[in-house]
Amino acid sequence: MHDRATSRRDLLKACLAAPLQAAAFQSKSRVVIARDSLLRSSGSSVVDSTRLLKALDRAMQSLYDCDSPLEAWKRVVKPGEVVGLKVNCLAGRGNSTSVLLVEALCERLQQAGIPKKNIVIWDRLNRDLESAGYRVAAHPDRIRCVGNDTSGYEDELAIYGSAGSLLSTAITRVCDAVINLPVLKDHGIAGVTLALKNMFGAIHNPNKYHVNVGDPYVADVYMLPPIRQKVRLHICDAITAQYEGGPSYMPQWTWPYNGLIVARDPVALDYTGWQIIEQKRSEKGMKALKELRREPTYIATAADTQHRLGTNDPRRIERVEV
Amino acid sequence: MSLDRRSFLKTATLSACAGGLVPLLAAPAQEDDARFIVEAKFYEKLPHKKIKCKLCPRECVIDDRERGYCGARENRGGTYFTLVHSRVVSAHIDPIEKKPFFHYYPGTLAFSVATAGCNVNCKMCQNWEISQVRPEQVRAIYLPPKDLAEVARRYGCPSIAYTYSEPVIFYEYLVDAADAGHAVGIKSAVVTGGYIQEEPLQKLCQHVDAIKVDLKAFSEKYYREIVNGELKPVLDALVTMRKLKMWSEIVYLVIPTLNDSDQEFKALARWVKSELGPDVPLHFSRFHPDYLLKNLPPTPLNTLERAKAIADSEGLHYVYLGNVPGHPAESTYCPKCKRVVVERVGFTVKNIRLRKGKCPDCQQEIPGLWGT
Repeated sequence: MHDRATSRRDLLKACLAAPLQAAAFQSKSRVVIARDSLLRSSGSSVVDSTRLLKALDRAMQSLYDCDSPLEAWKRVVKPGEVVGLKVNCLAGRGNSTSVLLVEALCERLQQAGIPKKNIVIWDRLNRDLESAGYRVAAHPDRIRCVGNDTSGYEDELAIYGSAGSLLSTAITRVCDAVINLPVLKDHGIAGVTLALKNMFGAIHNPNKYHVNVGDPYVADVYMLPPIRQKVRLHICDAITAQYEGGPSYMPQWTWPYNGLIVARDPVALDYTGWQIIEQKRSEKGMKALKELRREPTYIATAADTQHRLGTNDPRRIERVEV
Repeated sequence: MSLDRRSFLKTATLSACAGGLVPLLAAPAQEDDARFIVEAKFYEKLPHKKIKCKLCPRECVIDDRERGYCGARENRGGTYFTLVHSRVVSAHIDPIEKKPFFHYYPGTLAFSVATAGCNVNCKMCQNWEISQVRPEQVRAIYLPPKDLAEVARRYGCPSIAYTYSEPVIFYEYLVDAADAGHAVGIKSAVVTGGYIQEEPLQKLCQHVDAIKVDLKAFSEKYYREIVNGELKPVLDALVTMRKLKMWSEIVYLVIPTLNDSDQEFKALARWVKSELGPDVPLHFSRFHPDYLLKNLPPTPLNTLERAKAIADSEGLHYVYLGNVPGHPAESTYCPKCKRVVVERVGFTVKNIRLRKGKCPDCQQEIPGLWGT
């Protein structure tokens, strides 16, 4: 059986990518937080789509140092590419990636030259997508929305470190680029589930990788070449955030963060999101995740010299609020 | 046309359904088919719709809409369900020697079934295409307990074997099928890693006739790094089986450099003799590279012979070698007069000389379930 991790092609790619990654490792990673206290009208759960789009635009312009959102998006995707939007729908309508956010993204992607037929919204299961308010659709001329149970998995194992998994064909074959859309929330086993862990939705066996707080599994899964190479941007839906009881939706432990956290560096995003959750836990008089033996140590693993997926060093994270 | 191993496995698995072997089987299962979903046994309800699984020592704490490590059980709104009851992904008729059982009705056939999922993740798994996937990721057929028993009876199999993946994770189906089998005179033999809690094991032993345990190594380090499990609960399970007088055999897959030291063989043999007795069959089996352990070679024959020599010298009476067709250590020898009492070549039994479970030459009783 072919071992992806050791193929000549992958080795070559890894060698070529290494200097770039090393350079990135040395420079600061920008994490942009776009918040709007009026994102929802007072006492309402209804999100103002216009304000959400503006928050997204501010974040993108800041992240890419551009004068217009369109210019920023053109640096993310190119016409002709098939762009995947990896949502996180495990928590149903309560706290999954917002449909409104995905609609805003689709609007900007189309303006950047990506036609509807080249946009694919995907997650693990059709059932999860539907429960979060998405309509499963596979028409080739429209925006597609499919679970891995429809798109299927590769036959051959992809292997890196502790991870040996079959990858969703959504990421291996369908999409040229992926925009990762996690939710800002706590995780009862892994500590938090943000950008890195959202890629568990790209493999067939996530249930095997929750032991030891997901460390090093989360980092190892992200190292699988199609994930590492195709995910270009992370937009964490922090409109409603959850500081305890995740990944299921537990309304008593959510709060209206009213924001988006956007980064190219998944480790920096995860570190930043984790600190936001810890701060909220502290405000609520709850124990730190470390005390509960679920500190997300996989974030540090993702940053180590073996993985180099980004930085978890706060001195190297440029946190920008817009 | 040559077939690679994966294609062969797919073809072989489905041939049981499509080739007329199992005419009672219905159409391939649909995803999330309600027929397969039955409330699980052995779990504890926790606040906020969480549950704690009490079937295997892992004790997964599982959120609503999430699954345990095995991937075959799911929390739905605070109630835990098995997703694999009657959801058979592999069905074959095998010689019982293939399991292997050597002291359990030799020369008979076992109607062998599996569902998807497993509660460990062995890096050398030969059946990872069904054991390391979720139920909806592999084609399955609906084979309820009574139908399974009837199919086994129709094809002349005196036993149903629960094998290939991990029967512990399809516990509810296993118990129901074993009961259905007994109702029509079919016995049940379980092939397991033995990673199960005490209470479910004790209850299981009330329903089945024999259990073969894959004791994968004799070190916690190996269990932690290669199996993703623990050794101690498996040893505890073997002791429980012994106390309950469940017929048990042990297989030890010998993997070069990982679990093949003299010291480990000796410790294993001593533990078996002291805790289970010298009459428990111990099979040292040859490793073949697969799944996540392709970087190691097959086990050299002399390693297996070294393991057997050590176990013999420690006083175990029935030490076999597996996956080495034609080797003399496939046969059963009388521990007293040393003559062959069951002669085997590969999975084929050439001669059974036992008379009422005794050596025909010296009348030494040979423990097991012989049917003669």
